[in-house]
Amino acid sequence: MSLLEAVSVTRTFAGIAALHDVSLEVGEAEVVGLIGPNGAGKTTLFNCIYGELRPSRGVVRFRGRNIGSLPPERRARLGLGRTFQRIELFPGMTVREHLLVAERSRNGRGGLLRDLLNKGLPTPDERVRADRVLGLLGIGDQADRPIESTSLGHSRLVELGRALMMEPRLLLLDEPSSGLDSNERTMLGDVFRSACNESGTSILLVEHDVEMVSRVTSRLYVLDSGSVIAFGDTSEVLADPLVRRAYIGDVLA
Amino acid sequence: MTSLVDLHLAPSDLVDFLILGIPFGCVYALLAVGLVLTYKTSGVFNLAYSAQAYVAAAVFYEVRANQEWNLVLAVVFAVFIVSPLIGLLLYGGLFSKLRTAPPIARLVTSLGLLVAIPELVKLWFNGGNTAYGPPGLVPTFNTIRFGEFGIDTDQLATILATVVVAVALTAMFRYSGLGLKMRAVVESPRMAQLSGVDADRVSAISWALSSTLAGLSGVLLAPLFAQVESMQYFTLLVAAMAAAAFGRLSSIPLTFLGGILLGVLQQLIAGNLPTSSVLATGIRPSLPFIVLFLLLLFWPGLRKKETTDPLSGVDPPPPVPAAAIRTRGMTVFTRGLGVVVVVGGVLVSLFVLDPVWLRNVNQGVIIALIFLSITVITGLAGEISLAQSTFAAIGMFTAAQLTDNWGLPVLGTIFIGGIVAAAVGALLAIPTLRLRGIYFSLATLAFALFFQNVLVPQEWLSGGNVPTKVPRPLVGSIDFADNRWFLLLSVALLALFSVAVILIRRGTTGQFLQALRGSERAATSIGITPTRIKVMAFAVSAGIAGIGGGLMGSFEGRANYASNFDFFFGLVWVVLVVTLGSRSIQAAVIAGLSFVLVPAILSELDIPQAWAFILFGVGALTYARHPEGVVEANTRSSLAAIQRLLGHREPGATTTPQPPNKHPSSDDGTGGMRTPEPTTTDAGTVP
Ligand SMILES: Nc1ncnc2c1ncn2[C@@H]1O[C@H](COP(=O)(O)OP(=O)(O)OP(=O)(O)O)[C@@H](O)[C@H]1O
Ligand SMILES: [Mg+2]
Repeated sequence: MSLLEAVSVTRTFAGIAALHDVSLEVGEAEVVGLIGPNGAGKTTLFNCIYGELRPSRGVVRFRGRNIGSLPPERRARLGLGRTFQRIELFPGMTVREHLLVAERSRNGRGGLLRDLLNKGLPTPDERVRADRVLGLLGIGDQADRPIESTSLGHSRLVELGRALMMEPRLLLLDEPSSGLDSNERTMLGDVFRSACNESGTSILLVEHDVEMVSRVTSRLYVLDSGSVIAFGDTSEVLADPLVRRAYIGDVLA
Repeated sequence: MTSLVDLHLAPSDLVDFLILGIPFGCVYALLAVGLVLTYKTSGVFNLAYSAQAYVAAAVFYEVRANQEWNLVLAVVFAVFIVSPLIGLLLYGGLFSKLRTAPPIARLVTSLGLLVAIPELVKLWFNGGNTAYGPPGLVPTFNTIRFGEFGIDTDQLATILATVVVAVALTAMFRYSGLGLKMRAVVESPRMAQLSGVDADRVSAISWALSSTLAGLSGVLLAPLFAQVESMQYFTLLVAAMAAAAFGRLSSIPLTFLGGILLGVLQQLIAGNLPTSSVLATGIRPSLPFIVLFLLLLFWPGLRKKETTDPLSGVDPPPPVPAAAIRTRGMTVFTRGLGVVVVVGGVLVSLFVLDPVWLRNVNQGVIIALIFLSITVITGLAGEISLAQSTFAAIGMFTAAQLTDNWGLPVLGTIFIGGIVAAAVGALLAIPTLRLRGIYFSLATLAFALFFQNVLVPQEWLSGGNVPTKVPRPLVGSIDFADNRWFLLLSVALLALFSVAVILIRRGTTGQFLQALRGSERAATSIGITPTRIKVMAFAVSAGIAGIGGGLMGSFEGRANYASNFDFFFGLVWVVLVVTLGSRSIQAAVIAGLSFVLVPAILSELDIPQAWAFILFGVGALTYARHPEGVVEANTRSSLAAIQRLLGHREPGATTTPQPPNKHPSSDDGTGGMRTPEPTTTDAGTVP
């Protein structure tokens, strides 16, 4: 059974369908791509899966259960992680604190009483875990920086690290490589693969960088004007003339 | 309220109520429309709106009653010259600069104005004398009769003016170019701007227009009161808020309807409840608060969380305040200095000050303890509560009733008072914290007004006309009836709760709250439940306020609501704490002492007390530039100076905030908080 199943998801804004009858599946430990021109509805689909938007019609199942009525934070605790197209960070925190706050949310060790007994500070192993993820992402040297002073590329990685701390079963990544230089992109690809292979995390990846998509994803969905126009093995889909016209031609031509 | 169901209304009664209620309703509607206009075009929910109406009424009174100007001239001057100018001034001088500021900055600024403007006017107005028997637009004593019904000419003028305004506004929005532009800005400021509409100019015009409506209603309503008094106008504003909420803060026809319904409903209730019961006398004036509260909770359309501006995602995120991270050196230094100042201050108070000033300092310390509650709800949770004085009062009344009726030891009852306040806070928070930002603040305001008007007069709570006595604690051989001992007790409690707040701030709860303040979306994406954690913060905050309130009761020997915890003080408190620094303990303490000592010093110097509120209110205008607070900003800059003197490199984390709009807007919508590669990197690691 697949990890995530979106069945016939439709979402309208003021009568106009941003998503029309979109079905999509992600299995265990696989990296699936989702591409499409600007305004195709990719972010809207993420928001429907994540619970920030309610689909007008359709069902979203995660780990075999209909999660349609759960608020986003419950979905997060079920193992859905995400990053944002428009970066969402916590001003006033350092890079490491971004990961620590996620870690403490995950292990549920927080609480007012513990805070008052001065047990609210991160433990050494929590810090070790955070630093390991930072190291994996290649930003270990940034750990103590205030988030306001990190570069855009690094901020994207902090977002990814924060999501990884939750040990998600499925990561929804919305254009994670925009703003990254080519070294960082290569490394990002490696991170995806290791996350997938070592922790068994699946990834649903929205990405404009076709080279990256063909390198890291095994399957691919193409969205155009709110509908899935093609899906299947990445290489086959990318070779499809219809896709080339609707999307790649659009970008590369 | 149940009696409403089985009212026996003769049709003629109904017409009477309509006639009585409609003029009120018309004024509510006028105010509400003005409120909606500025809210929609500039994003400012203008709490100072009642102050604008008050200014116009005062100016009108001055020129008409005192200077005996001609009526037309007086109206033109007060309503069509002074009022729009005030609107333009407020927008141009203040709110236009807050377009990209977080909503909290706009709210605090308008609160500051609400506190300062009426006091300024009072200083000038009528030589400080109260203005009795304000003249109307037209003489009130001419009554026009339609068969058995009568309506006086001022009421008629009010209705006519409202109809004219309603028709004119509708026509303007429908047919004029300006109206179209306004509607475009209301729909989406960004989209309007992209299509060449100067949103700034449109907002300025809306402010002028809305201020004119405030002036008009101020002048129209004046004769309905016995005197021109700013608090009356604030109560009206709350009714207008209810009408605006009825119109979902967007529909102007619905807003008019809401205002008129509210006016009529109020008269209906007035005419049909037995006038003797306290409940009835309380319910009638507080009906608008109840209606506002219920509308906020249940009116569909106000709760929508999804953004309706399709381009809102394009706006850069608000500028990030300077990082609040301090080097360890700074922390040690400030803490050390703090301890020296506190110990020194306590010693001076105990052994140098005379009894009067010892009392003043003690009151300041208690208020500072209460202000820690604002540090929690505003500084940590990022919400503005306008009911903190109410929670203090709940604590005070609980302590008073428990000692008075059951003879429980007062120290214990003070803590029970805190628990009761926390419980009430949690109950209030569960439905209201789902409303974000401004709606939450309005709900707390409605609660505070309801409490003051309906519950405080009840004998079982406050003791009625004679405030309930509260004893001083007696622990072993220490009798806290001695003011020196009591000061030590107050300082000890302040220290205890300061430590608690620091622990919460740096513990998991504080981190979760900080995450939520930074980005609610991201916080939920790591499994943090916004409502739960904020309800907890609000309960803690209410609890601290409650304990402070109980302590105040014990200090003063009785539960005196009016002189300590009137809801208006709650507004001033927020302004003061947020101005000085909502996250800092130090700022809360300075704010608490200032709240008591500044007026005391002023009266020592024979300066009118009004200047204290003017100072506090005007201080809030600095908030937009220093969201971290004046105290924190000064600490940072003086510490930076010290470090420069000592030859240290200035750490990156202590730089001043970025001016808004400086960041490059980037095409992928991620712009905003990026700054170029920093020149210094080692914040937090300097030994
Ligand atoms: N809150 C909203 N209200 C109205 N329309 C919306 C809203 N959110 C998205 N849309 C519309 O839905 C469509 C899909 O938008 P979406 O952001 O999902 O596209 P996308 O595929 O993520 O594009 P991009 O590649 O630019 O990120 C667009 O036409 C957009 O204008
Ligand atoms: Mg998108």
